[in-house]
Amino acid sequence: MRYLTARKRAEGRGASHTGTAHHWSMTVSSVGLAFLVPVWLYIFGKALGQPHEVVVATFAKPFPAILTALLLVVGMRHFAMGATMMIEDYARGTTRKMLVIFAVSLAWVVAATGLFALARMAL
Amino acid sequence: MADAKPAQPPRERPLSPHLQIYRPQLTAITSILTRITGNALIFGVILAVWWLLAAATSPEYFAVADAVATSWFGDLVFAGSAWAVWYHYLAGLRHLYFDAGHGLEVKTAEKLGWACIIGSVVLTALTILLVQ
Repeated sequence: MRYLTARKRAEGRGASHTGTAHHWSMTVSSVGLAFLVPVWLYIFGKALGQPHEVVVATFAKPFPAILTALLLVVGMRHFAMGATMMIEDYARGTTRKMLVIFAVSLAWVVAATGLFALARMAL
Repeated sequence: MADAKPAQPPRERPLSPHLQIYRPQLTAITSILTRITGNALIFGVILAVWWLLAAATSPEYFAVADAVATSWFGDLVFAGSAWAVWYHYLAGLRHLYFDAGHGLEVKTAEKLGWACIIGSVVLTALTILLVQ
């Protein structure tokens, strides 16, 4: 016998069965990105077009390196979840599954590549 | 029942607004632009990360990636990405405001839509001027 009422089990979980977890995760990452993006745009924009040694020296410094790492991790998680949401709206069945797997994988590959580049320049 | 009434013409069912004949509204356009800009940003990010990887690898590889990143093509991608990120940024802030239960009256929502469009163009111009 279930002691939880049906309402108690269903409450707040909606059609996705995960409730508001996806939405809340997007909210959290969006607020994080709201702080990260403007500063990163400035640092990246200033570095773009500079000679090789200046670029390496820029991203070897702690603040630009940590900021870029955070931007990549938070940004690529935000992208993976947002792209998943878009795919789930427009594609079905096997196509949907393959596109979601591709988008999530792409996000991790981009994040890992960027982190590797940062580690190589900063360490 | 086998001997039911003769077939009646199917009753007209209400149709949902058809995208091709539905008058575009600012709120709908600004909403779909949020999704388009957010997803399109992956191209700018890929170019930026490739450029970083090249910088971390060798001066020769950096020369190749930097030539692409600072060419007309790179300028186009990064300028487009700057607008996309600022649009997505403002639309995201609007989303947080909406989620808190504010700004949902039609007039206010349309004003916020214009704020996203105009604001994104202004911020893009400022960004490009600032980092030039």
